[in-house]
Amino acid sequence: MSEPGLPLQKNLELFPDLHPALDARSAVTEANRCLNCFDAPCMSACPTHIDVPGFIKRIASGNVRGSARVILEANVLGMSCSRACPVDVLCEGACVMHTFNKKPIEIGRLQRYAMEDFYAHAGAGGDSRPGPAPLTHAEKIACIGGGPASLACAAELRRRGFAVRVFDNRPLPGGLTTYGIAEYKLRPSDSLREVEMIRGMGVEFHCADVGSDVSLDELERTFSVIFLGMGLGAMHRIGIPGEDLPGVIDALHFIERYKTEKDFPVGRCVAVIGGGNTAIDAANAARRLGAEEVHIFYRRTENEMPAFANEYEHAKSEGVVFHWLVQPVSIIEGKGRLAGVKFVQTRLGPQDESGRRNAEPVHGSDFNFMCDMAIPALGQTKFVKLLKSSRGIDLTDGSIKVDRATGRTSNARYFAGGDCVNGGREVVDAVADGKRAALAIAAQFEG
Amino acid sequence: MGILTPNPFWLASAPPTNTGEQIMRAFDAGWGGAVWKTIGEPVVNTASRYSSVDWTGQRMMGLNHIELISDRSIEDNVREIAEVKKRYPKHTVIASLMVESKREVWHDIVKRAEDAGADGLELNFGCPHGMSERGMGSAVGQVPEYSCTITEWAKEAARTPVMVKLTPNVTDIRVIARAARKGGADALSAINTINSITGIDLDTLTPRPNVGGMSAHGGYCGPAVKPIALHLVQQIASDPDVRLPVSGIGGIQSWRDAAEFILVGCGTVQVCTAVMHYGYRIVEDMIDGLSNWMDDKGYASIDDFRGLTLPRMTEWKHLDLNYRIVARIDPSKCIGCDLCYVACWDGAHQCIHHEGSREAPAARQARSRASISVTPIAKLDFASGKDGHGPRVPQVDEEECVGCNLCSLVCPVESCITMVEVETGKPKESWEQRSSGRVYARPGQE
Repeated sequence: MSEPGLPLQKNLELFPDLHPALDARSAVTEANRCLNCFDAPCMSACPTHIDVPGFIKRIASGNVRGSARVILEANVLGMSCSRACPVDVLCEGACVMHTFNKKPIEIGRLQRYAMEDFYAHAGAGGDSRPGPAPLTHAEKIACIGGGPASLACAAELRRRGFAVRVFDNRPLPGGLTTYGIAEYKLRPSDSLREVEMIRGMGVEFHCADVGSDVSLDELERTFSVIFLGMGLGAMHRIGIPGEDLPGVIDALHFIERYKTEKDFPVGRCVAVIGGGNTAIDAANAARRLGAEEVHIFYRRTENEMPAFANEYEHAKSEGVVFHWLVQPVSIIEGKGRLAGVKFVQTRLGPQDESGRRNAEPVHGSDFNFMCDMAIPALGQTKFVKLLKSSRGIDLTDGSIKVDRATGRTSNARYFAGGDCVNGGREVVDAVADGKRAALAIAAQFEG
Repeated sequence: MGILTPNPFWLASAPPTNTGEQIMRAFDAGWGGAVWKTIGEPVVNTASRYSSVDWTGQRMMGLNHIELISDRSIEDNVREIAEVKKRYPKHTVIASLMVESKREVWHDIVKRAEDAGADGLELNFGCPHGMSERGMGSAVGQVPEYSCTITEWAKEAARTPVMVKLTPNVTDIRVIARAARKGGADALSAINTINSITGIDLDTLTPRPNVGGMSAHGGYCGPAVKPIALHLVQQIASDPDVRLPVSGIGGIQSWRDAAEFILVGCGTVQVCTAVMHYGYRIVEDMIDGLSNWMDDKGYASIDDFRGLTLPRMTEWKHLDLNYRIVARIDPSKCIGCDLCYVACWDGAHQCIHHEGSREAPAARQARSRASISVTPIAKLDFASGKDGHGPRVPQVDEEECVGCNLCSLVCPVESCITMVEVETGKPKESWEQRSSGRVYARPGQE
C-alpha cells in the first residue's frame, strides 16, 4: 500500500513510461534470443551480480515467479533497478551481442517484466513476497537513511534473522528512489511497493532525523552495529548573487516537488544549469510539465558532459536546447524574483593532473538570458554534518572511507554504503554496497 | 518408376490434396505431381485434429495429427481425379488407396482409380491411428506378410505403377520394404508419420489434440522428423534386397531438404507439412533453389546426383578409428559467450580452458560472483584506466581434445569453431579390423 495520491494523476498522463513494458509473448520471444552465456558478462557487469541468464531463461520457460525470485535473491530492489539502471553502460552494455553485431538483449525490460508480474500478485492469490524470517540473533542493527543502500542492508540482515530498524527523516522511505528519480523512469509508488515488501519482511521503519530527533549516542546504546546510508546532502549552490530569489530551485527539489505536489507550476522558459544526468532529468521533466522552452547550460562541451549518452539523446529528442561553454555569473532580478540569468562564455584551459580541462571565463563575453525558472543541477554536497561528531570515522574528500569488500569504516561498529561512500552513483551501486555490508555484519556475529 | 513428371516436387497424400480444386491450384503454383488424399470408405474425422511443437518462439517445427483418410465419397474423389487429369494432362496424379483387407475390394478400388485416369497408385500401409485399429494402415505396414499379400492383390488388378508407402513405426523398415518388393511393388515411398504425443496441457492435464477432454496418439511430421526419414530412406535405398525407386517424404521444407533426399536415392520428393504451414507457394524456392544448386555443381538432371551419398554411408564398424580432428576457436570471431567452455566441461571431455587456468565452471562462476563492480561514471572515474575487456576467448587443449565437435555445435557464431584434421601418421583402421573378426554373442546363443 503506497502513499495515497501518488503518483499524481497529472504525472501519469504527462510522463508515460519512457520504455513501454513488454507483454507476455514479446517477453518470451526476447528471452529466447538470449544465448544463455556461461559466466555471463552481463552478470559480472551488474554491481549486484543478478543471475541474468538465469532469470531470462525462466521467463522463456514460463516460470515468471521463479524469474522474480532469482532477481530478488541478488537485488532486493530489482524493480527500481530494472527501471532506473543505466543498462547501456552496465548489463546491456556488456552483452556479447554487441560483438556479434546484433542488438543486445533487452535485459532491463525483461527484468521489469518479471518484477511487475511479481508485484502484480502482491496482496492477491500467488503472492510470493516473503514474510518475516524468525529472529535468530540477539544483536540489533540500525540503518541511517532509508534509501537503497540501507534498504538492501536491512533486508539482507533481517532475512538472516537480525532485527533491523531504518531511520529516515522524510515522511516516506526510499530516499532518492522515491523522491529523486525522473517520473518517466520510476514512479514514487513503484519505490514504495518495494519498501512495503521490505517492511513485510520484518524490517522496522522510523521517521526521525538522526542528529536532532535521536542522537548517535542513543543509537549506539541500543544497536550493536550502525549502517550509514544517508546518501549525499543538499545540491551544491552555484555561488552567485541572487540565487536565493524565488524562481531559482535546485534540481533535486524540483524533481521532488513535481513528483509529490499537485499544483507545482513550471516556468514558461526554463534554464537548467549543469551537464549531468540530474540536469537532463530536470530538463526533460520541465518539457513534459509544459515549459515552452527548456535550455541546458554547461560550462564545458559535449565531450566533457558527464551525462550518459542515451540520456543526452533523450533530451535532444524532447526538444531541450543545449548551450556549451557558458557559466552563470548572477541572477537577474525583476519584481522581487528571477527574471533571467547573466552568463559568461568560457573556454577550456589546459589539462590538470587528473586529465580534465577546466573552464575559464572569457572576460567581456557576458550575455543575458531571460527566463522565468532556473534549475541549478551541480551535484550534491557530501553529508558530513553528522559525522563531524568525531566517532573515529575517517573520510576521504568528504566521502566515508570503507573497506571495499565489506563496507566497514574505521570504526568497527559502523558500516557504510551508497552515495555517502561512492560520491553519488546509481541505485544498483547502493544496493550492492548495502548487501555486501549486511553479509559482513552477519558474518561477524555468526562466527 | 516409369512415370514422367514435370518436376520432382510432389504433394504428399494429405489435407493439401483433399480435393481436385486444391490440387489444380497447386499445379498452377508449380508442383509437378500430387498424391491424392487416401481414397477408401469415407471416414468421419474429429475436432480438434492437430497439435504441434513450437521451438524457441518459432511455430510448428513438428506437427502431429489424428486425421484419417478422405472423408469424401469414392465417387467424388474419382470424378475429381478425372477432372484434374483432363485439365492437367502433363501433371502427375497418383491415387492413394486404403480399403479393408479383402482381395475383391482392393481390385475394385484399383480399377476405379485407374479408370479415372490416375497415373499411378500409392498403397497406404501407414496410418498409425484410427485406420490401424480397423486392420488397415499401419496394421498392414507393420506385418511383412500382410504388406506382401495386399501388394500382390493390387498388382493383380493394376495397369499403372504401384508404389507402397511405408510406415516408420516398425523395428526394421527393410523387412517391410523387401516384403513389398516380393509382392510386386514397382516403387516405395517413405516415410509415413511417426507415432507421437506432442505435449500435455499443464492446466487440463490432457494431451493435445484435445477431443472433448480426451486425447489419442497421432502421427508426427514436419521438420522435426526429417532426420528420421532420411535415415529410413537411406536404409531402403542401400538395401541390396530392395532395389526399387523411392519417393522421399518427411519434413521437406526447402530445396536443401529435397537435395538431401535425392542424394540418398529418391527420384521424387513429397511435401505436406510445409504446405500446410505456408501454402503452395513454397514450391517456388524449392524449384529455383534446387535448380541454382544443380547449376553450381554441374548437374544437368536429377539423375546426375541421385544416390551419390549412398556410397558414403556405411556401418559404424567400418569407420576409421585413426581419423583425428580437433576443435579450433577463431579469436577474431569469438564473442565470449563461454558456451563451448561449459559444454566441454559438463557435457564432453573438459578440454577447453581459459588462459592460464584449468578451473572448472563452478569455480569460475564463483569468482565472478564475488567480484566488485560499479557503474562507470565519467566524473568519478576520470582517471579512467577502465580496461575495456575484449571477449574472453577460450582455448582448446589440442592434446586432450577428442574431436567430438560438440563445441562447434553449441557455438552461436558461424565458422568461429572449426574442426581441423590432425595427421596421426597411422593407417586407416576400423573397429572390425582392430577386433579382428571377434564375434559377440547374441541372446539365444552360448
